[in-house]
Amino acid sequence: MKKWNLIIDVEKGVDFINAVLSAKDEYVGNEHPGYSAPVALESSDIVTIERKVRGETPVVDAVNVLRMCNHCDDAPCMKVGGNAVKKRDDGIVIIDPEKARGRKDIVDACPYDAIVWNEELQLPQSWTFDAHLLDQGWGKPRCIAVCASGGIEAVKITDDEMRKRAEDEQLEVMKPELDTKPRIYYRNLYRYNTVLVGGTVTCENDTVDDCVEGATATLIAQGFEESVVETDEFGEFRFDRVAPNTGSCEILIACDGYATQSISVDVQDSKYIGVVRLERL
Amino acid sequence: MKSVALRIVLFMLAPMINRTSKKYPAFRDEARMHDCVLQIRTKNNKIGRHYFFKDGRVRSVAGVHPSPDAAIVFKNVDIAMQTLRPDAEMAFKVHAVKNFLMTIEGSDPIANWILKLLQRMNYEGFKFGEKMPDGCMRYTTVTNGGPLHVHVRDGKIIRMTPIEFAEDDAASWTIKARGREFKPKRQATVAPHGCSMKSTVYSDGRLLHPVKRVDFDPDGERNPQNRGISGYERISWDEALDIVANEIKRQKKKYGPGALLLQHCSHHQWGNVGYYLSAMMRFGNLIGYTRMAMNPDSWEGWYWGAQHHVGFTQRVGTPPSYGTLEDCLQEAEQIVFWSSDPESTNASYAAFESTPRRLWAKELGFDFVHIDPHYNPTAQLLGGKWIPIKPTTDPALAIAIMYVWATEGLYDKDYVAERTTGFDEWRDYLLGTDDGVPKTPEWQESETGVTARDVRALARRWAKKKTYLSCGMSGTGFGGACRGATGTQWARCMILMMAMQGWGKPGINMGGLIGGSPVDLQFYFPGYADGGISGDLNFTGSAISNYQRMPHILTVNPCMQKVPKQKIPEAIIDGEAEGYLWDGMSQEGQFVPFQYPLPGFSPIHMIYRYGSSAFSTTTNSGRFAKSYRHDSIEFVVNQTIFMEGEAQFADVILPACSNLERWDIGEWNSAGGYGLHNTEVLNHRVIALQHKCIEPLGESRSDYRIFTEILERLGMGAVFTEGCGELDWAKRIFDSSDLPKHISWKEFVRKGYFVVPAEYEECLRPPVSMRWFAEGRKKDVPEPHPLPSQWAEDYGYGVHTPSGKIEFIPEILKRNEETHPERPALNRYIPSWEGPRTKELVDRFPLQMIATHSRYSFHTYSDGSSFTNQIKDHRTQIDGQYYWIMRLSPEDAEARGIEQNDLVKVFNDRGAVICAADISHLVKTGVAKSYESSASYEVLQINGEEVEVGGSLNILTPERPQVPGTHSMSPNSTLVQVEKYRHASELMKTRAA
Repeated sequence: MKKWNLIIDVEKGVDFINAVLSAKDEYVGNEHPGYSAPVALESSDIVTIERKVRGETPVVDAVNVLRMCNHCDDAPCMKVGGNAVKKRDDGIVIIDPEKARGRKDIVDACPYDAIVWNEELQLPQSWTFDAHLLDQGWGKPRCIAVCASGGIEAVKITDDEMRKRAEDEQLEVMKPELDTKPRIYYRNLYRYNTVLVGGTVTCENDTVDDCVEGATATLIAQGFEESVVETDEFGEFRFDRVAPNTGSCEILIACDGYATQSISVDVQDSKYIGVVRLERL
Repeated sequence: MKSVALRIVLFMLAPMINRTSKKYPAFRDEARMHDCVLQIRTKNNKIGRHYFFKDGRVRSVAGVHPSPDAAIVFKNVDIAMQTLRPDAEMAFKVHAVKNFLMTIEGSDPIANWILKLLQRMNYEGFKFGEKMPDGCMRYTTVTNGGPLHVHVRDGKIIRMTPIEFAEDDAASWTIKARGREFKPKRQATVAPHGCSMKSTVYSDGRLLHPVKRVDFDPDGERNPQNRGISGYERISWDEALDIVANEIKRQKKKYGPGALLLQHCSHHQWGNVGYYLSAMMRFGNLIGYTRMAMNPDSWEGWYWGAQHHVGFTQRVGTPPSYGTLEDCLQEAEQIVFWSSDPESTNASYAAFESTPRRLWAKELGFDFVHIDPHYNPTAQLLGGKWIPIKPTTDPALAIAIMYVWATEGLYDKDYVAERTTGFDEWRDYLLGTDDGVPKTPEWQESETGVTARDVRALARRWAKKKTYLSCGMSGTGFGGACRGATGTQWARCMILMMAMQGWGKPGINMGGLIGGSPVDLQFYFPGYADGGISGDLNFTGSAISNYQRMPHILTVNPCMQKVPKQKIPEAIIDGEAEGYLWDGMSQEGQFVPFQYPLPGFSPIHMIYRYGSSAFSTTTNSGRFAKSYRHDSIEFVVNQTIFMEGEAQFADVILPACSNLERWDIGEWNSAGGYGLHNTEVLNHRVIALQHKCIEPLGESRSDYRIFTEILERLGMGAVFTEGCGELDWAKRIFDSSDLPKHISWKEFVRKGYFVVPAEYEECLRPPVSMRWFAEGRKKDVPEPHPLPSQWAEDYGYGVHTPSGKIEFIPEILKRNEETHPERPALNRYIPSWEGPRTKELVDRFPLQMIATHSRYSFHTYSDGSSFTNQIKDHRTQIDGQYYWIMRLSPEDAEARGIEQNDLVKVFNDRGAVICAADISHLVKTGVAKSYESSASYEVLQINGEEVEVGGSLNILTPERPQVPGTHSMSPNSTLVQVEKYRHASELMKTRAA
């Protein structure tokens, strides 16, 4: 049985705002009988983006993460929803626009905050994967064409095929520890859920301060070598994919002809450790 | 024989109208508009027939009626037959009208109505749009942010989607680079403001009825002092149009030409018929008006500075991008983005067309550098080295980079020797030989905030790697750092840097993969600046572009008086103002001053404001509120779609409909005029019929109809329309283009769009910009620039400078140095007159504010749309009200006790704006970063203090030109203080009430 999944590349999120806007365009004020009641403007964030900024000036990183109903296979909303929430054969989760009336508990059940509450209709609502359009023969949900930079891919494949893809392409899901089995996958999610540590290596060169290119920076956490990187032409190094709250670390900066330096850092969140000035041997 | 034929034609007319009426209800409704008698006859009355229109039916009688309501009179039978035959040539019809071979007598509105009715028979019964499975009709439109499909059911827009191409649409191009093949996606992309267009159309801010200010009485007290204060009452269209038409007549009689100022924004909703350079200009020329002389607002530094080194005058000083997409992907290794954020500014209208190309470059391993006070969305997408810089100090950084190149020998010595002049003098400046100050990286460090070591590293990598320099919105200029006090210096430096690195050699050029796509640029379709229906040859591109392809009646504004856009308040309040020409013909044109008022002409007493709000796009815009209230201004009419910030100053507001509610035709991103070939930013050229998707909301009417109905009151309706409705004009524009060779009108109006085939052979693609120059060949790119008289040596050889070479010390500035000492020929660094060095100001207002071109709206268009408002990076909702966002660094926020989403007061001596704070490491410390173009201007008195709460940040920007002797703006040199707003709860109470 082929089922729908979405693969979102966090790295290409520059136009994800269009997915947010086109979801409003499709659902606010529009009724799709059997699929969804009109979404209210004031509670229309059924698709949202979350900005994540890591690091500190001048070594920073920022991405937009697109979030919406995860169409979980083990959906918490279905557990409380009974017949008000149904799972289609193609994997899509639909909150019934009639049967779910008055069921605010369905909103509260979602651990991803992906269900909104329509106050006027007393109705929980979520992004239906544009099921009404797919059933009319649209080959994909609307978010794909408005995010033309290629950051979103909709795939209809078997669960086995999807599992393999996720493994091969290192795709992740949100809050895997909850084991809700989401159908929304993310690529490059490390830019959202891991830590970036950067710094700059300089030296004195003919009385002026210069950047050191090609120095080796090594991150050592709890005695283990976590990561080794080289500085670029600007003397900058970046350790990425560092686990949050790693704690006390040591950064070794080594370069031929210079004394190796060791810096102690407490790594909780992303940071820029500043300038490390090497002394000639 | 001909007489018999004419009699038959005249006889057939009535049954044809009746048959069409019977078949098509919409036509019948139109035919019902007037019960009247129409006469058609030859001048000698020998052949004639008159027509009785009653309740949409027509009965005709041979002969001449004694008192028809309107008459169409032909000089003779020949003229009548040539004009009335179905395949009559438009050129002949225009000729017949111009030479009084065909005249119209009697009621202008009735004649105009009849002529349009006859045109309408040509397409009644055509299918417009396509039926979708869910019962929607799918139409097409074009916006400032991309072409779109519009799905409509029961007269309501259901959804708007990007146009995804069909299999039988033209093939796309392929670029081969470094062993790979790159192809664009088979669709048109869309910008955020295009995505939210439906909610813009249905915005709460829509004006649905004509209104009049309650205390404005055209025959009594006008109370100009209450503009922007007192409220409005509904009036009928007839009353509104009568007031406007009568006021135009009254002003003409009382003051004469010049009393009326026709004022508009730089942009409008898309479409060649409805654009301001089209219908509005035709209207204006027919009534005569004081022209608002625009400043080159987004080009400033390139126009007033850079062009003197290299030319490109007909592009307002910004170089072209021909062929650079392939060259960059094939040859370059690095792109330096300097004040350039294509992911936010979308090359103006091109949405995300170029985003995939930059991702290709990333895949190919390009290095990226971003010089900007903001780690902007382009930097966020591509990564690379961020060089945060203090606004307006960019030329100092550029000069120091050139110092490193000069001292370390890291420049193209052969190129400099053969293709440039004046380098020795420039090098002496860099080295300090002339002024004792070597412009070292250390020299610039405290000025720019960029470390000396980063300058050296950047200079060395730049010289080592083949580098593209991307400046501004287009990659070759436009917006950003060219809009500050040092804008001319910066743009000039960019040209000099290119010259030192061998501009035009493989992999060395300007651009950020934004332009230079290999679409077919020679397929002809006029751009929006090519005149549309204006008939204006003086201030549009019509004369060189569409006039010879679309015969129509010329119009001319005989009023020579003009007022400089940036000094309209001074012109009104002080009674005088001086500007300098924006001239695309010669580099000398800009030195020519002009005065307001002009001898013999009346000062301004009436403002006809057309569309959108300029309060957050011009500078120190609080000045405009004062000038609106000046008692010399006896009448203000605003014709606009939305109740934006500026509309509240009008006495009468005429509600226009959006371009989704009227017919038009347009090509995506095609400007024409100064933007020749600017569709090269697209992956595919898309030309679309802009269907009238829904009926105008409320009582709103199309701009074209409003103009027509005012002019009918002045007896000029038929002169304005030439007997055409908007769809007829769209057909005439279609006929003027290359489209009919590829698609029939009937098929075009059904399908709605046409994709122009890419150049079918690679050898037909345009050559790389400046390659010819680097190789010392004759110019080979397809631009007819500069004008023939402008070449100093042989035609086609060299760039547009007196020497034909890139001039480090421009001869033209040297010639004018005595009268324009502030623009020295030697581009020495002169710190901003409002910036880090102006100590007294900095002590009070320590932050540099930049409010750059907007990301989520197009100027003010789509701002105020409910979807756009909800974008969390656009406005922040606090206590049920939306606030404009001011981005601050954590350090600056902490020093002021400001937390995320706090209301903050952003202020200086010019005013105060309340914003919501967004705190992140994406902004350099010392900088307050925002966007311009809020559509709202809402001034409140809170605790005895006047604050603006709609986000109109341009009330804080200086009105001063960049340098004296220019008509320019410098919004990016603004000092402010930001503090946590102390009266937040009072403000919230006031706004909630």
